[in-house]
Amino acid sequence: MSANQSPPTTTADDDTETDHDHRDDAAPSTDAVVELTDVDFGYTSTPVVEDISLRIDAGEYVAVVGPNGSGKSTLMKLMLGLLRPDAGSASIFGEPSHRFDDGSRIGYVAQHASASKEMPITVREVVKMGRFPHVGFGRLGNEDWAIVHDALETVGMSAFADRRVTQLSGGQRQRAFIARALASEADLLVLDEPTVGVDVESVEAFYDLLDSLNGAGITVLLIEHDLGAVTEHADRVVCLNREIYFDGPTDEFVESDALARAFGTAANFLGGDA
Amino acid sequence: MTALGLALLTSDPSTPLFTGDHGIPLLTGEGGILAPLYWFLDLWSGLMSWLAGATGLELLQYGFMHRAILVGLCIGVMAPLIGTFLVHRQLALIGDALAHTGFAGVAVGLFLNAVLDLGISPYLSAVVVAMIAALFIELISEATDAYNDVSMAIVLSTGFALGTTLISINAGGLAVGVNQFLFGNLSTVSAESAVILLVLFAVVVGVVGLTRNQLLYVTFDETAAAVSGLSVSWYNRIMVMLTAMVVVGAMQIMGVILVAAMLVVPVAGAAQVSRSFNESLLVSVVLAELAVILGIGASYYGEATAGGVIVLIAVAIYVAAVVIGKLQTAYGEESTPEMGSINVDESDSFGD
Repeated sequence: MSANQSPPTTTADDDTETDHDHRDDAAPSTDAVVELTDVDFGYTSTPVVEDISLRIDAGEYVAVVGPNGSGKSTLMKLMLGLLRPDAGSASIFGEPSHRFDDGSRIGYVAQHASASKEMPITVREVVKMGRFPHVGFGRLGNEDWAIVHDALETVGMSAFADRRVTQLSGGQRQRAFIARALASEADLLVLDEPTVGVDVESVEAFYDLLDSLNGAGITVLLIEHDLGAVTEHADRVVCLNREIYFDGPTDEFVESDALARAFGTAANFLGGDA
Repeated sequence: MTALGLALLTSDPSTPLFTGDHGIPLLTGEGGILAPLYWFLDLWSGLMSWLAGATGLELLQYGFMHRAILVGLCIGVMAPLIGTFLVHRQLALIGDALAHTGFAGVAVGLFLNAVLDLGISPYLSAVVVAMIAALFIELISEATDAYNDVSMAIVLSTGFALGTTLISINAGGLAVGVNQFLFGNLSTVSAESAVILLVLFAVVVGVVGLTRNQLLYVTFDETAAAVSGLSVSWYNRIMVMLTAMVVVGAMQIMGVILVAAMLVVPVAGAAQVSRSFNESLLVSVVLAELAVILGIGASYYGEATAGGVIVLIAVAIYVAAVVIGKLQTAYGEESTPEMGSINVDESDSFGD
């Protein structure tokens, strides 16, 4: 992969989503945000995910659930193009995932453990990173800073803008990362177990935030371990354990036995398993 | 060979070791394309002499001290600049590994000079060898998906073993003149070495200046950076190559063994007292410059090895920074502000 960076756009803010001139051999329909077709993948000869076909449309709120080691994170990496499928195809916004380079359209929030913990960096500087795909090698203009400001406002973290990220609680930190995704003006928000290590009250507020963002038109893809939160908030559930056990509306998922089959035990919806 | 050994033995301030004026005329020689930098060096020397006259400081009178101070000041900027990105990725020891391969590069240069009479500066060969080693470490880590300390240790010891072997062959089995490279030396900074360092300095500062956003993103959150469309492996390669340049540049004064300290200690000190990333960059450069200037001064008057003194002062500054940092957190104002409410509807700037 040679493309390392989306071209620096001097006009900082975009007006409409410009279409890319990549010629796709198999162009999926325009509404699919993420589309996986017959995807197999394994780090070694043992497959981690197998025969996955999945399509996520714009504006959906999808949760991917499954036991530990079920391939949830791998599936996410395949969707985002961080891994390439051994067989089948993965596309995002109608482009093959591994070739997709308009990073500003995707907001990514990981378990906070993944980011450097000791680094001196303020909340504002973290949110600022959301503008990097837009400015490239250049500097942030007034407009970029205004967007950073709005993003902080939206998640209610303005008062913390100049705090060191290391001094924040888990919930506050995750809000900062959401703000970064907002600052990049992403239309797809991908969250990988975002509430690990976050206190209970903050978890509620966090999911409320996701709900309202989804309400504002952002597609939300949630990789989650906490089944309680998933059934309460997501519209659609994908239950995974190497292959897809269930894919459909949340209500049907709750009534089905997919969970028990996927987890192989009598799991319940209160979360707290593992 | 013997001439070289002799030169190493009798190194004195007035005759820099590797002037590049014997053998083939060089790219980095005075008449080469880098002539403007020699002119700059003269200008700097004039400034320092004037300063010596104005202040009466004895150490500012000598040409070799002028160069040493210039080199020290450059190191004080570029070492913490690169170090900041390394330390926060838990890569503090890569500098050490590259310094040892740089030592092998010096030995290769000396060896080639002795055998083929090439007349290249050993620091130039050190840059080349260290950068190759840097790329090698990076490629290993990409293949194995982790910077593992085993591969780092292997590269480190290979470099050092190769260096000592070549130098001992070179000097007829005697460990002649190795001290200068192991521990650094103020008095042996030749005009050519200083010019090489100025070039390295320009490249390092230029590249970091251009790619600061990307390097910050990759350092802070590698996965998110990859998702946002950055090629993490390319920026990692750039990072280790720059590290190799810094390490070899700083080796002249700091020596192989202590050079990694300049990448790490000021940065660690700055992390204690800074709040933001930009602030920590600035503070680490200030702390490093402080250590370099005080260290060069103290080593001159105390007749000690500059590298060691500089590192000791840097560590003292680090300890002070830790204390100040603790006091800041203990007595800081830091009232917890109210967390704002979430208001998605108000801003409709995102999502379409």
